[in-house]
Amino acid sequence: MRTDAPQPPRSAELAAMRELIRRHKRADIVFGLVGLVCMMVGVVTLLVLFVDLMIDGLPRFSRDFFMNFPSRHAERAGILSAWVGTCLVMLVTMVAAVPLGVAAGIYLEEYAPKNWVTDLIEINVTNLAGVPSIVYGLLALGLFVYIFGLGQSIATAGLTLALLILPVIIVTTREAIRAIPVAIREAAYGVGATRWQVVADHVLPYSIGGIMTGVIIGLARAIGETAPLITVGALTFIAFLPPSPLRSEAPYVSFEWLLSPFTVLPIQMFNWVSRPDEKFLLNAAATGIVIIVATLAMNALAIWLRYRLRKRIKW
Amino acid sequence: MVSTTSVRPVSAAVPAPRAETEPDPAPKAAARGLSFYYGEVQALKNIDLVVHEHRVTALIGPSGCGKSTFLRCFNRMHDLYPGNRYEGEIRLYPDDMNLLDASVDPIEVRMRLAMVFQKPNPFPKSIFENVAYGLRVRGERSRRTLADKVEQALRAAALWDEVKDRLEEPAFNLSGGQQQRLCIARALATDPEMLLFDEPTSALDPIATASIEELITELKSRVTILIVTHNMQQAARVSDYTAYMYLGELIEFGRTDELFIKPKHKQTEDYITGRFG
Repeated sequence: MRTDAPQPPRSAELAAMRELIRRHKRADIVFGLVGLVCMMVGVVTLLVLFVDLMIDGLPRFSRDFFMNFPSRHAERAGILSAWVGTCLVMLVTMVAAVPLGVAAGIYLEEYAPKNWVTDLIEINVTNLAGVPSIVYGLLALGLFVYIFGLGQSIATAGLTLALLILPVIIVTTREAIRAIPVAIREAAYGVGATRWQVVADHVLPYSIGGIMTGVIIGLARAIGETAPLITVGALTFIAFLPPSPLRSEAPYVSFEWLLSPFTVLPIQMFNWVSRPDEKFLLNAAATGIVIIVATLAMNALAIWLRYRLRKRIKW
Repeated sequence: MVSTTSVRPVSAAVPAPRAETEPDPAPKAAARGLSFYYGEVQALKNIDLVVHEHRVTALIGPSGCGKSTFLRCFNRMHDLYPGNRYEGEIRLYPDDMNLLDASVDPIEVRMRLAMVFQKPNPFPKSIFENVAYGLRVRGERSRRTLADKVEQALRAAALWDEVKDRLEEPAFNLSGGQQQRLCIARALATDPEMLLFDEPTSALDPIATASIEELITELKSRVTILIVTHNMQQAARVSDYTAYMYLGELIEFGRTDELFIKPKHKQTEDYITGRFG
């Protein structure tokens, strides 16, 4: 095969190159180990916490624990009013925050003129995501409880949490929209679509995965919030359920539950943690597991959704 | 194409122009029974191909035929992603080592066989730093050596005159064609043994394309070149050898003038005459 004289071997040069690579690769190994340790610190700590919680709380899991109201007797106490409260508050939060946040995000990204006013709004929206939740509680106390007269109700709690996660939804909506290549927008405009048609036919469908992810992550944050709900006056001991939203006679639905007093899982947990009787601590641990599982389930849903919806769309 | 009767000075470094009677130069690399799998999907099927030293070898074929996959085997780019698997070997000469062997460090392979990608991919750094990066990765610290080698590489990539007064400017200020020549300079700065081009002009306009093609022809006296192109005229213009691939198989391989004038296979003929693909 070879017709001309072979080149002189470059073995010395090659050996030097290999030595260099070997030396440079030490940094790879060092960082690999350091990174592994750093990751383990985070993961192991959380795992230990969770396992500890499981050991304390799991024995309390039973049908009664989920179907009983709180009680003075630790072993009879349950989280019925708390989980129903959490579900209803989350429902209000979602109904309020999703349309507001998504619409605001779309407006800012697709419609708003690019000038210093929108820049200012953008910066502030991003900053709002970092405002401590208790401040939202204080705002909600003044606005919803006193000015709107909603009282210490499910509506107040839901709207408070909606305000809290609104910036998260707006920011993730905008990021999801921005991930759509300009070329796709131009393709739609190129056949004569209006701005709304571009949004409705392309921008929204293609970014829905990212938007849903943001919504769920926002809700997962809201589900564990305690401070703002204490501020707006969540009760810690509730031995009744809110009035049912369904009625047997016309108009068959009722919104009375919105104005009902409430408690939610983290507040119930907080209440039990502060009891001197150690048996209540087990209840608190069990409630903690419920909250963690709910949060993890929501995050898993977000990941699954993102995976499902992204798989269909490639650019 | 270079006329077969033209006469050029012959030296050890600059090979003689090819002629019908000219023997093939020594091999620089050779694929031997090379198969490649993306997970379960077989993308390359038992390919045998010799890349001759100081020549330009072009890989052509319709989209999805495996030509880029084949090219990326040469600097073990596939090792970056899980689930990829090679079978067979690619031998590099004169060392006669198998590039795909598990004992061979892909870092070494990439140092010796540099790649230029489809879209110009300069780093968001200055023009100088872009070209110097390969040297820095090799631990070069001397300002003077860096400056010298950067200049040499930029000259070799026919970019020096255009950028010599603005080496500190961001690389993204350059035009697309200039960015691609910058990427070629980045690859050249470390004196690789082979240059792998993956459709280097598909994102460029005709004028920039012409300048890259001219550059490739000039560069073959320095390095052995393997180029993937979806443009048959480009293969005919720049290459000495051409390989036609289809569905992961090497259908035909030969001297470019022979392959384009009288292809041995019907399939190759259909492709190069535009009846297919």
